[in-house]
Amino acid sequence: MKLRFLSIFAAAALLAACESAPSDTGKTGGTGVTTPSQSGGSAGIVKGSKEDFVANVGDRVFFDFDKYNVRADAKATLDKQAAWLKAYPNYSLTIEGHADERGTREYNLALGERRANSVKEYLVGAGVAASRVKTVSYGKERPVALGSNEAAWSQNRRGVTVLN
Amino acid sequence: MSRIRSIAALVAVFVVSIVAAGSVAAEVRIDITRGQMKPLPIAIPDFAGSSAQESQIGKDIARVVSADLERSGLFKPIDPKAFIQTVASLQVQPRFPDWKAINAEALVQGKVEGTGDGRVRVEFRLWDVFNEAYMTGWTLSASPADWRRLSHKVADAIYKRVTGENGYFDTQIVYIAESGPKNDRKKRLAIMDQDGEGHRFLTDGAELVLTPRFSPSSREITYLSYYRGVPRVYIFNLDTGRREALGNFPGMTFAPRFSPDGNKVVFSMAESGNTEIYEMNLLTRQKRQLTFNPAIDTAPSYSPDGAQIVFESDRGGGQQLYIMGADGSNANRISFGDGRYATPVWSPRGDLIAFTKQKGGQFFIGVMRPDGSGERLLAEGFLVEGPTWAPNGRVLAYWRESPSDERGRGQSVRLYTIDLTGVNERVLLTPLDGSDPAWSPLIP
Repeated sequence: MKLRFLSIFAAAALLAACESAPSDTGKTGGTGVTTPSQSGGSAGIVKGSKEDFVANVGDRVFFDFDKYNVRADAKATLDKQAAWLKAYPNYSLTIEGHADERGTREYNLALGERRANSVKEYLVGAGVAASRVKTVSYGKERPVALGSNEAAWSQNRRGVTVLN
Repeated sequence: MSRIRSIAALVAVFVVSIVAAGSVAAEVRIDITRGQMKPLPIAIPDFAGSSAQESQIGKDIARVVSADLERSGLFKPIDPKAFIQTVASLQVQPRFPDWKAINAEALVQGKVEGTGDGRVRVEFRLWDVFNEAYMTGWTLSASPADWRRLSHKVADAIYKRVTGENGYFDTQIVYIAESGPKNDRKKRLAIMDQDGEGHRFLTDGAELVLTPRFSPSSREITYLSYYRGVPRVYIFNLDTGRREALGNFPGMTFAPRFSPDGNKVVFSMAESGNTEIYEMNLLTRQKRQLTFNPAIDTAPSYSPDGAQIVFESDRGGGQQLYIMGADGSNANRISFGDGRYATPVWSPRGDLIAFTKQKGGQFFIGVMRPDGSGERLLAEGFLVEGPTWAPNGRVLAYWRESPSDERGRGQSVRLYTIDLTGVNERVLLTPLDGSDPAWSPLIP
């Protein structure tokens, strides 16, 4: 499953081209954040940078099928996101809501919007200024995992916090 | 010619009923209200022409008419190699025994003539072979470049005369052309004739576009675009090539459809986790909210008279179909079967609503009456979605997607058509993968 992390780290690598390339797997997981996008290999990442957020905080949370409530296991990630965002108040952010492919297109656009909004409400509730936060739904249009199976779908039902 | 019976007199005829020559024969007729049983054998010789250009157009017309009728599943064009009477001789007079001998029940006779001013005049006649009777025909002149449309009009006239229903061949389909890996899919607005010819792209793939739908004039398309990263409803004008946002809204707008009179667009707006249905009056530019419910209310589609809207909502817990007045009044649930119901589309005839259904891990395309009765499932698969009606309400198009492995291999996304009776499912070939088809009305 290497491929699905490439886009995140390709962006990070471009921004931090002078630094050592970050790990392209999530296998180390030293920070205890339960997202696959984090990397324990944070050496050389500038604190407060976008790559710091992705690698050491975790930029995404996952949802159950056809649900949009923030799961218990997502709250730890969002709490860390909120703390980080309060420490670095210059970033505005866009929360992307995504759905798996097991729904119809228009419903999934609406579901993705609900998910993005759930993440936004959680972050705002945790003290992030609402004026910093925008949302966008991609429905089922932007999967990260390519398979047509539950393992892939569970990764595609996600809310991703993108720093602007 | 009195042996041609009126259509009204032929109520119970199934497919084609031919009584032996010598007695009174029933007219060539297909009843398409039941499952199609046996396609009608029809002979479609080349249309005659006296110059090389006319003859070429005549050949092309016969080929396109034949392909249209064959694809409908209701006609079986006979291989021209079997023809006995020549095209030249046919122009003098059909020799019916020659056509009976190859079991042709209907015969198309046509010719192409230059008009002297750069245009061509196309004439055709449809013959009932066993009754040796004229059934229909016309003469039209047009630019030679319009030969495809003329062909589709011939096919429409034959379809209408034989089935009693309007044709659907002189129409277009707008859809989303897809390419690239599943996690970096390029999507482009594309348009083509209903037979896949005349294909062209309307957008370049720089931004994600989804769910195009025709205006009643067929000259405008409303769709969703992520232009500049913001998902909004746009209207694309096919004559000017210009694109215009439906309006400025605080939330994501999507799921647009024109009203039958073309004066309104109904759509959804999602804001703060709630999706509601709105209408935009294109004349006054006034927006009106039609649903007021914390649920996801989306996929609205007008009844042909514009008085009602069918839509999907999860207000009852899961996705189900509802009908309300066009002003948002009196929403009533109509779907009560097992599973989830989505993407309702009202038939242009008004008699049925097509939908996507999810049940037991599978997707289905189905139809039901507007009161929710008579549900029938027509197509099934890992993913089938997004039905759209041919303008005669007898054929549906939708798309079918296959599952992929973890590297994205195996995925294909294709357009299909199927007869309302659930038979004759056909791939609609497109240069790239295709989804979100929308069928135009008959081109004026």
